[in-house]
Amino acid sequence: MTRISRLSWVKVLPKILLYILLTLYALITLIPFLWALSASFKPLTEIVSGQPNFFPKHFTLDNYRQIFLQEPLFWRWLFNSVVIAISVTILNLLLNSMAGYALARLRFIGKRFWFFLILTVLAVPAQITLIPTFLILKAIGWLNSYQGMIVPSMVNATFIFMMRQFFVNFPKELEEAGQLDGLNTFGIFRHIVLPLAKPALAAQAVFVFMASWNNFLLPIVILFDPEMFTLPLGLNTFKGQYISYWNYIMAASMVFTLPALGIYAFFNRYFIQSVTFTGGKG
Amino acid sequence: MFEINRQRNYRWNITEDLAGYMFMMPTILVIGTFVVLPILFAVFLSLQKVQLLGGIDYEFIGLGNFRRLVEDQRIWIALRNTAEYVAIVVPAQTILALILAVTLNSGIRGKNWWRILYFLPTVTSSAVLTLIFMWIYNTEGLLNDFLAFVGLPTYNWLGDPAVALKGIMLMNIWSTAPFFMVIYLAALQDIPQTVYEAAELDGANEWRQFIYITIPLLKPVTFFVVAMGIIGTFQLFDQSYIFSGGTGGPNNATLSVVLLVYQAVFRNLQMGYGAAIAFLLAAVIITLTVIARRLFGGE
Repeated sequence: MTRISRLSWVKVLPKILLYILLTLYALITLIPFLWALSASFKPLTEIVSGQPNFFPKHFTLDNYRQIFLQEPLFWRWLFNSVVIAISVTILNLLLNSMAGYALARLRFIGKRFWFFLILTVLAVPAQITLIPTFLILKAIGWLNSYQGMIVPSMVNATFIFMMRQFFVNFPKELEEAGQLDGLNTFGIFRHIVLPLAKPALAAQAVFVFMASWNNFLLPIVILFDPEMFTLPLGLNTFKGQYISYWNYIMAASMVFTLPALGIYAFFNRYFIQSVTFTGGKG
Repeated sequence: MFEINRQRNYRWNITEDLAGYMFMMPTILVIGTFVVLPILFAVFLSLQKVQLLGGIDYEFIGLGNFRRLVEDQRIWIALRNTAEYVAIVVPAQTILALILAVTLNSGIRGKNWWRILYFLPTVTSSAVLTLIFMWIYNTEGLLNDFLAFVGLPTYNWLGDPAVALKGIMLMNIWSTAPFFMVIYLAALQDIPQTVYEAAELDGANEWRQFIYITIPLLKPVTFFVVAMGIIGTFQLFDQSYIFSGGTGGPNNATLSVVLLVYQAVFRNLQMGYGAAIAFLLAAVIITLTVIARRLFGGE
């Protein structure tokens, strides 16, 4: 009897330890977010009082009121971020799939060259192209503009490659059926290929949106009019403006994080898919 | 007969060629203008002294920018900071990612929920994370409260040159490890269970299975994780910029190579010199990736 219960302890104990470890790491992950969230609902006096209480004693919405009502540019930054991230996402979905489809399925002169070029582009560090991109945008007058933020990011070599891999394994019979129905290449692409590529497109959409939404280096180089700032730049300005007003900074951070978290929670499955794709599974 | 056939094939091809290029055109234009052209332009810039006074003036100075690199004190500081950052962050985040992945893969309940939760920092903007951590790191912040509570020494994380970069390292390990965890997790699921069953029959315990089966089978993934880690960490910019307000301070402690490129271009208006630093960075990254490939025998 004792032998049996000891045996089961030996089996159960590592499991319990495992769950304790998992919970500890979950806390490590969550605490910074929860701490910031709680600060965004506290008055400044409570924040600097030095008491580490996770639940605000004097719950207030003033911080949010301040950034939305007293900061005229905050709405503008939010709007800029949304316009840019959504345009970049839609264009990427369309253009990457078009290029990926052509590279996988169409026969045209120079196809191997373009495929090779795209693979090469994958390996070029972004810093090299940063200064020339700035000068090129300056030359065509696109600094401080939406198109300056959107056009250079509207295709992505990684996702062209991903779409190509996806379409290479696509059943040919469906396209042939479309051909028999009298559809041309564009018709087949629009009515047959794209609708069936939804999972690949969803994975891409989440990734591209997040990358654009969170981008810091490109906007800081090409946007310098505060009216045109995206939220990450706006937050950075906030930090300079409200040096130790952590209540406002944390409220602004939460507003900025929420849409991304919402999208992540909604599309989590696809997000994981696209990470594992970039993990060299294609 | 032969002729007609070729004729038909040819005509059919022309419409496909046309369709192919219609599909490829936006990509060709964008990659041509914003990747290929900039690379050539960068080579040109790095050999010029560029004056930005209203218009742009170029003056050919050969390898002058590269010669300046050797003499520039701040380049060495930035390289040393960045190298230290890479040397600590890459191994730490790789090992943490592997531990988390193996733990999640060991048949626990609610695997997906844990994974969703752990993944949170990865989807949060670096600007937001940096601000949250700056607040946690400040002298009266949560981290010092905690350190004091468990009886450890506290630091001025933001202002002390000895620990400022360490603060960024800690934050980055925390926020990037979950990304690589997901990659490891996918790879672990691809290892057939039969391999472990065979090892068990041979009397190998779990630890030995991990050392002699899991780690060797994960080698290609580890190469990928290390290479991605090197590429990512060498490009350290957002965190340094926000942390130091763009200066790389305190006392150059958080100065990274990309921040130096940014300063060269937008503070000192030295486009040519900035391009030269960017090439130096690219050379370092490519060399290290090649070395990593040798070490891990990736494909």
